[in-house]
Amino acid sequence: MFAWLAACSPGANEQGKARPVTLHLFTWSDYTEESVVKEFERRFGVKVVTDTFGSNEELLAKLQGGAAGYDVVVPSDYMVSILIKQGLLAELDHAKIPNLAHVYKHLKGLYYDPQNTYSLPYLWGTTGIGYNADLVKPPPESWQALWDARYKGKISLLNDEREVFGMALRAAGESLNATQPAKLEAAKARLMAQKALVKTYTSENYDQLLVSGEVALAHGWSGTVLRAADERPSIKYVIPKEGGTIWQDNLCVLKSSAHKDEAMAFINFLLEPQVAALITSKVKYASASEEARLFVPKEIAQNPAIYPPASVVARLEWIKDVGEAIKLYDRAWTELKVK
Amino acid sequence: MSTIQLGGAPADAPPKPTFPWLIVPPAATLILLFGVPLALVFAVSFASRGTYGGIEWAFTLGNYTSIADPLYLRIFWRSLWLAVLTTVICLLMGFPLAYVIARAPTRWQGILLFLVIIPFWTNFLVRTYAWMFILRSEGLLSTVLSALGLTHEPLPLLFTDAAVLIGLVYGYLPFMVLPLYAALERLDPSLIEAAWDLYARPFQVFTRVVLPLSKPGVIAGCVLVFIPSLGAYVTPDLLGGARSMMIGNLIQHQYLVVRDWPFGSALSFVLMAGVLAAVLYYLRAGGARSL
Repeated sequence: MFAWLAACSPGANEQGKARPVTLHLFTWSDYTEESVVKEFERRFGVKVVTDTFGSNEELLAKLQGGAAGYDVVVPSDYMVSILIKQGLLAELDHAKIPNLAHVYKHLKGLYYDPQNTYSLPYLWGTTGIGYNADLVKPPPESWQALWDARYKGKISLLNDEREVFGMALRAAGESLNATQPAKLEAAKARLMAQKALVKTYTSENYDQLLVSGEVALAHGWSGTVLRAADERPSIKYVIPKEGGTIWQDNLCVLKSSAHKDEAMAFINFLLEPQVAALITSKVKYASASEEARLFVPKEIAQNPAIYPPASVVARLEWIKDVGEAIKLYDRAWTELKVK
Repeated sequence: MSTIQLGGAPADAPPKPTFPWLIVPPAATLILLFGVPLALVFAVSFASRGTYGGIEWAFTLGNYTSIADPLYLRIFWRSLWLAVLTTVICLLMGFPLAYVIARAPTRWQGILLFLVIIPFWTNFLVRTYAWMFILRSEGLLSTVLSALGLTHEPLPLLFTDAAVLIGLVYGYLPFMVLPLYAALERLDPSLIEAAWDLYARPFQVFTRVVLPLSKPGVIAGCVLVFIPSLGAYVTPDLLGGARSMMIGNLIQHQYLVVRDWPFGSALSFVLMAGVLAAVLYYLRAGGARSL
């Protein structure tokens, strides 16, 4: 692999002398490890500019607005299938991404891209409840905790339509990909009733709200909650018994990218086991690289909230593209937000 | 250059009309960066959305008719109410402030005006985040109030309408103070003295002399505060906690969340029409010549 890097670097550097290539990365907020990006820039003579989004829908909307010069994007599973249908993604050259060999077999070829033609697994995690054990007693086991009037004004939900409706659907024992109007109406009614208890809808700073005590219960993503727990040990993460979302974020190159070779070199670099381990240690989401687990600290590699056991994974469900029904979700989400 | 020559032409010889070249750069900028995008948005407002968003060029008036949905009308009404409230509070707070500055000794006026514009040195987003820290229930305001014994439990101010109102008033107060100051500074003090000499009571001095003479400043200040408050986006998003929207947030939601660009475009045009109508009304109601 280093031989390959050595073979590749001079080319990149030569180009770098003429006109340094700038790679534009469009990813989730709080999802990058600065030292890793610096190392890539140093090794390849390529400058990386990072821009962030807060939801898959925001990513899609901005790409539909003309892709705006991004090269590498990090959509979740169901959004990969939509981006493929929209013809926005470039085919990946697996020969240029040898670190693909380290990726867990069961994370490759998932439903949204069976041959990994357009996307490679990057990080994965779950959606559950982050709570402050000093304030929430007994510890929550069910999504119903988010409807508990005792915590009025102390609850935050993700600002993400599929996650919020998914949570309400699972709480009622439904699939989080339900498309029947009646089921969505019922979920909307439950969310409307819940809104009086909700302090805020946010996908970006709920870790700080948990740490500062502003909220006691946060509907959130595993790694973000675990980062809050580092700052305030009474913060815990639980996947409710009804089950929730399992998701995987993916590395993709846009069809409109002018620097596809550099983009694929960047993807290969992010999947390098030691690099991937650094990222996982920082963001606290499990790396798709199996080798990476050997290089992360023990408390992360053995943390069931980061690497959940198979028995927990069995309770989880992937968000899938719901086709035309997305209009029902959009409408219901708008109604919930404007109420 | 040609305009300078025109200015120097003898008064009796009518200036030869030449093409005003100096207007070309600003006009081109305006047409290219404002006119063209606006026309595009207008065109999109009659299109339809695709399943995953995007634009399908099938003509429809549906985007405009669906604004009549009570769901959206309520947001327009709410935004209007918050914008009016912001304008009134800014006027009530800004008028005494502007009056004190205008009546202060000249060397103090510069310093006081300077203090009013100091917040502009910091990015608005950063100042709004600072308000989040002040307003949160373990934040500065709540802590100070309970230390003074005024409240007994944490004050849940952040992510409420009150927080949005505080943020709007804070953000736009300088836009009220500056035009008011300009108007009050021009006010001839001898007119106020004359009113006193003619036995006017303080209230009469204010309503019959100070207020009418500062009307241009009041109108300019109200317009400058009302328009940005009506379309506010960052303040309700950060301080309102994305729980309740103003029109700005509804438009953003259409564009970036549910990807219904045609409907977002229609909303933008209705908002613009509303603002235009409000401004025209203001100008008619009081002294268009003053602006």
